[in-house]
Amino acid sequence: MGGSGFPSESIKSEGRFPGLYVHVPFCRRKCAYCSFYSITALHLIPNWLRAVSQEARLYEERFGRFDTLYLGGGTPSILTVKQLAVLLEVLRPLLVEHPQPEITLEANPDDVTPGQLAGWRDLGINRLSLGVQSFADHELSFLGRRHQASGSRRALELSRVAFANLSVDLMYGLPGQSQKAWVEHLKQALEFEPEHLSCYQLSVEKGTPLGHLMSAGRFTPLPTDWEGHFFLLTSRFLEKHGYLHYEVSNFARGNCWYARHNKKYWQQTPYLGLGPGAHSFLGNKRWWNFRSVARYCEALKTGRAPVAGSETLTEGQLRLETLFLGFRTREGVKLEMLGGQPEGEKNLWRLEKAGLVRVEEGWVRPTRQGMLVADSLALLF
Amino acid sequence: MSQIRNFSIIAHIDHGKSTLADRLIQHTILVPERQLREQMLDTMDIERERGITIKSNTITLPYLAADGQEYALNLIDTPGHVDFSYEVSRALASCEGVLLVVDASQGVQAQTVANLYLALEHDLAIIPVINKIDLPQADICGVKEQIQKELGLEADSAILCSAKEGIGITNILEAIVKRIPPPKGDFQAPLSALIFDAQYDTFRGAVVSCRVFDGKVQPGDLIRLMSHGGVYKVEEVGIFQLQRQPRSALTAGMVGYLIAGIKTVSDTRIGDTITSEADPIADPLPGFKEVKPVVFASLYPVSADDYQALADALEKYKLNDAALVYQKDASSALGQGFRCGFLGLLHLEIVQERLAREFGQSLIMTVPGVRYEFTLTDGQVLAVDNPQHYPEPTKIKKTAEPYIRASIIVPERFVGAVLKLCLERRGSEPHFSNPTPGRVEVRVDLPLSEVIIDFYDKLKSQTQGYGSFDYDLGDYRDSDLVKLDILINGDKVDALSMIVHRQRARQWAVRVCERLKEEIPRQQFRIAIQGAVGGKIIARETINAFRKDVTAKCYGGDITRKRKLLEKQKEGKARLKMIGQVSIPQSAFVAVLKTEVG
Repeated sequence: MGGSGFPSESIKSEGRFPGLYVHVPFCRRKCAYCSFYSITALHLIPNWLRAVSQEARLYEERFGRFDTLYLGGGTPSILTVKQLAVLLEVLRPLLVEHPQPEITLEANPDDVTPGQLAGWRDLGINRLSLGVQSFADHELSFLGRRHQASGSRRALELSRVAFANLSVDLMYGLPGQSQKAWVEHLKQALEFEPEHLSCYQLSVEKGTPLGHLMSAGRFTPLPTDWEGHFFLLTSRFLEKHGYLHYEVSNFARGNCWYARHNKKYWQQTPYLGLGPGAHSFLGNKRWWNFRSVARYCEALKTGRAPVAGSETLTEGQLRLETLFLGFRTREGVKLEMLGGQPEGEKNLWRLEKAGLVRVEEGWVRPTRQGMLVADSLALLF
Repeated sequence: MSQIRNFSIIAHIDHGKSTLADRLIQHTILVPERQLREQMLDTMDIERERGITIKSNTITLPYLAADGQEYALNLIDTPGHVDFSYEVSRALASCEGVLLVVDASQGVQAQTVANLYLALEHDLAIIPVINKIDLPQADICGVKEQIQKELGLEADSAILCSAKEGIGITNILEAIVKRIPPPKGDFQAPLSALIFDAQYDTFRGAVVSCRVFDGKVQPGDLIRLMSHGGVYKVEEVGIFQLQRQPRSALTAGMVGYLIAGIKTVSDTRIGDTITSEADPIADPLPGFKEVKPVVFASLYPVSADDYQALADALEKYKLNDAALVYQKDASSALGQGFRCGFLGLLHLEIVQERLAREFGQSLIMTVPGVRYEFTLTDGQVLAVDNPQHYPEPTKIKKTAEPYIRASIIVPERFVGAVLKLCLERRGSEPHFSNPTPGRVEVRVDLPLSEVIIDFYDKLKSQTQGYGSFDYDLGDYRDSDLVKLDILINGDKVDALSMIVHRQRARQWAVRVCERLKEEIPRQQFRIAIQGAVGGKIIARETINAFRKDVTAKCYGGDITRKRKLLEKQKEGKARLKMIGQVSIPQSAFVAVLKTEVG
């Protein structure tokens, strides 16, 4: 991973504005691996829409204006253009005018039609994150996706024309998947020259259908060593093709295409999450909403914040988060964050010697190998 | 005095000693229902769980015999393990007779023989008891033959019994009255009494178990403990009947207890003689010796913050266990701790377990060793029981280590396996004898250091549980000792160093390295584990760096979850021992302790 063109300056200036997230907790069907909160009772959408508008009003003063808006899910693309229009009408006044805000919509390939795309664009959505996941039918059915490989490609073709900032989600490390097959997927995605790629290694969460299958012994996850190979392979392949590996699972064709919204999570920039199950972060406080559309709507109907829980972070906790989030990114962690203890200095030196980090310009940046063990790095300091 | 009988029960392990004691108690004392339980004399949890006796206990059984007379039968229960053979010998010195229990299905075993010798040494009346006759595999005729031939006792004198079923109990009680002689002694003579045990009472201090040979002792008397001359005023005397029963006096022939404001049991010595301060006897009773530890290991708290707590726990524990000795020790790997001396491996295990259980201590224990002797070039002789005190190698002229004389009894078909095991453990000069057809007694001299780690387990497994084992401590013999160091990423882990025979060094090194490799989790760096003798590497293992430790997704809701996970890991890491940047879990130290060689 070369150190060239690292945009540390622009990142710092971006940190000023908070980000706005809206959780759209509706899906036509649940994917086998997904642990996010979502339901298939689509008739609740109008209630939810009303509640989100109410919730947004509760926070009008506290965050100031936002420079990113992320519509995530769930499946935001199952909202009709009309519903989205209602939502954006409420949210647009919360956004800055300059610089141009980043407005991302997560979309399922099946929901992508020329009409929808045009509608989304007209609403001011300027970034599309397409949940392609795979180009192989058997993998898509294992993951419980509703689209097929042919759908992936068609959606990419259409989206490519409609959006100048296109992100593609892919998944690797599926049981039985070969490295060769994975590289083929990457190549197919690259044909469409997306500005951004998110490549997630399949992680099997408790409580999901895959989680149940795994504990029942119905499939075996990839051995950890293989996971490492997939990770390094992905990183090398995409960097060779001009992408910057700027976060553990994220790649961009140049620093201007970084996911501005997601970066706020890793840089501890304040963010407001609206919708059931959404998390918010401001100062040293984090809170999260009810993971239930019913409870969420009910709270807002009576004018209460739909907050299920919150935490106030201590200095130590904030520091730990800075470290483990920082080591996930190409940017890394400020050297001054690690100073102080001789034990830390020693560890730093060893990490550098082991080729896991590079120290440059006052920053400790993980190498490709370092990103692979990012979670453990924070524990050394 | 003619109405008193002092006796003990001796048996090979698991031959039913405690069950027989229970039956005798139930037969003679009305035990309240709530006190009725198995192994009544074994009051410690650890004794009951393991089915062993650690402390001597006594109980006075009132018995109305067939002759119409009421007798006081003093049962002195003894520990059933070689670690405590000195305690056993002192208990037997307080008796006039023993019940020698033999399992009808297993016959005479090594400890049966050893116990018999002990009883003969003390010139005791011996009543053979064949127990477990209710078992389908009981071989009464065969066992009688063994009693005749191997023990040289009159087979017809053996009493058949099933302690479990309560068969033969009256016969045994009658035999105690008829066949064990009453104690002899002089009421008028100056006081002489033998201490055979002591227990600690939080409110009263040491409660001394003793046998009065001559004279009498009563509250108010000034007594002197002859080994160190300490003088104490007697507060209470009495006998044990499940609880302490105070009496006005203990007189010649009696077995009971004495409380005299003695602060700890360490102020009492097992085998010591109690006499009167005003009218002392000239010479103490024979057989007293200082109990010396033979097995040594260091104890460290898992967390360095718990050092003081461990110190306090040891101090309290020591109140009730005079045999444990300890002193401060320090390791760069494990911090501050204690070097402890034990009577044997069972004693070590008991101490470790009781500290954990009764005092809530989380401990790391180093590999146990023995006390070695080093003769230096300047003629000086050093006794070294801690690898950290291993002398400068160039100055060593000669090394020596303690040996034991082992007796192993097995069915003939296992002799090969036993011999192989003994040779692996550097045994020398095996002698064979056939006490009875089909069984072989192997007498062999073994280095003590080779026996203290899993020898008995190995013997049991290689003889399918038939092998029985007993030993006496022997003398020191010349050896070829070296110090084995374990290095992790080039840093010596002093707590893992050990003194071993040169011939065994590589085997140990390889096994320890293998074990550490299994136990130390992969870390960010490659870890080299090496075994070295005098700077020469003789074993090596490598733990590769882990390949992946990162969560794929980390957005809004994942952050709290991930942080909590890391906080937990961080906490766990704080408890690990950092050696050369490598965090070593406690389990690694424990695993090395359990390492089997050979």
